[in-house]
Amino acid sequence: MRDEATFRVKAGLAEMLKGGVIMDVVDAEQAKIAEDAGASAVMALERVPADIRRDGGVARMSDPAMIKGIQQAVSIPVMAKARIGHFAEAQVLEALEVDYIDESEVLTPADEAHHIDKWAFKIPFVCGATNLGEALRRIGEGAAMIRSKGEAGTGDIVEAVRHLRSITGEIRRLGTLDEAELFVAAKELQAPYDIVRSVARAGGLPVPLFCAGGIATPADASLVMQLGAESVFVGSGIFKSSNPEQRARAIVEATTHFADAERVARASEGLGEAMQSLEARKLDDTQVLANRGW
Amino acid sequence: MTPTIGVLALQGGFAAHARVLRELGAEVREVRTPGDLLGLDGLVLPGGESTTMTLGIEREGLAGPLGDLVRAGTPVLGTCAGLIMLDRAHLGLMDITARRNAFGRQLHSFEADLRFPDLEEPVRAVFIRAPWIEEAGEDVEVLAEVDGHPVAARQRNMVVIAFHPELGEDTRLHAQFVERVREHAASRAG
Repeated sequence: MRDEATFRVKAGLAEMLKGGVIMDVVDAEQAKIAEDAGASAVMALERVPADIRRDGGVARMSDPAMIKGIQQAVSIPVMAKARIGHFAEAQVLEALEVDYIDESEVLTPADEAHHIDKWAFKIPFVCGATNLGEALRRIGEGAAMIRSKGEAGTGDIVEAVRHLRSITGEIRRLGTLDEAELFVAAKELQAPYDIVRSVARAGGLPVPLFCAGGIATPADASLVMQLGAESVFVGSGIFKSSNPEQRARAIVEATTHFADAERVARASEGLGEAMQSLEARKLDDTQVLANRGW
Repeated sequence: MTPTIGVLALQGGFAAHARVLRELGAEVREVRTPGDLLGLDGLVLPGGESTTMTLGIEREGLAGPLGDLVRAGTPVLGTCAGLIMLDRAHLGLMDITARRNAFGRQLHSFEADLRFPDLEEPVRAVFIRAPWIEEAGEDVEVLAEVDGHPVAARQRNMVVIAFHPELGEDTRLHAQFVERVREHAASRAG
């Protein structure tokens, strides 16, 4: 008997994406460039976060025709984004057979109280998190991969570092608690007790932890991998730079050799201009994407 | 003697293999450069994205030294993308042709019970965007099939598996591999 869409099958794909780079692409041509540079998956979206920021307005799921074009252009997994709480967009993405759905704060939220019930889907979901409680609430709702949010479209790594350190630091803290204290921790984290307890025991999340939001250079990738990320998502950082092919290859190489500074140095040579960047601290509250999600 | 097993760590599910191999008492070394292959008693090519791995193998100049290691008789286990890496169209070390994403996209990924000739109880096999073996040479022994398509096979020192034995609690297939590695290491030492 075959069992499809078990949690092991869902989280298993994330396991296979470890040690790699998932790149945002807006058309088939960029998808091909990403694949040829060694991307382990692509994220199909209509505008990269830097452009969403610049253009404003409501950001939605991409045109299915664009997603299909990307699926035909590459053989690596194709992910696509749905708005937070917009389960109908997620149903459309499932009908298109994308390989992973990102319920993403980069798009304009559709529901200010509820995230998508991800258990209701056969396609696995990745969700963003800024801290451990948020990550565990998403896992409780059925997410099979967590990415630290960072601040998408800025090219500033500081928020990614803050979120990653927050998640890994809180995991370490859970490991020091006794059984009685774990009940209180679950209450404080506003997360399901069973998941809190399993994280405390295992010393890690029950799903892979990737990093997103602000990665612009090979050294940025090395930094977050050394801080405990198991893969990196690069959004605007590649196709908003002056030489996307070369930068994409360099970030792939630096992700594989993240612990080898000589290799990261070599990968960083002569890449030209990084993306035009924004200092995350100077954004006002309405511009901060990481605050979306509850 | 503790055998040292290399796990190709360019990209993919290498950490899960490393965890299982360590549980079974092996020393594990992540392999990213040709130097990492020196002195290995066994090698695992894990799952992941085969295009990413192909590019990585090329960038690192790994094809030559990895081929030498395998041709010297070192036990090799290739799972999922690792199966693809060993086929005729990639490293050309095993007499098989793999079909990538043969079962379809992630929506069609699945688990199933599979019988292996030398195991009493079936293996719970996790297939993720998995390949199958489209065509195999005479020298290749098929170990398991799904819908008539070979999904596990052996040729000399190479075993390939289209699914992910590293993702479950059942470590029997890894235990068989570690046993072969121990025998190989002992014969080299002797």
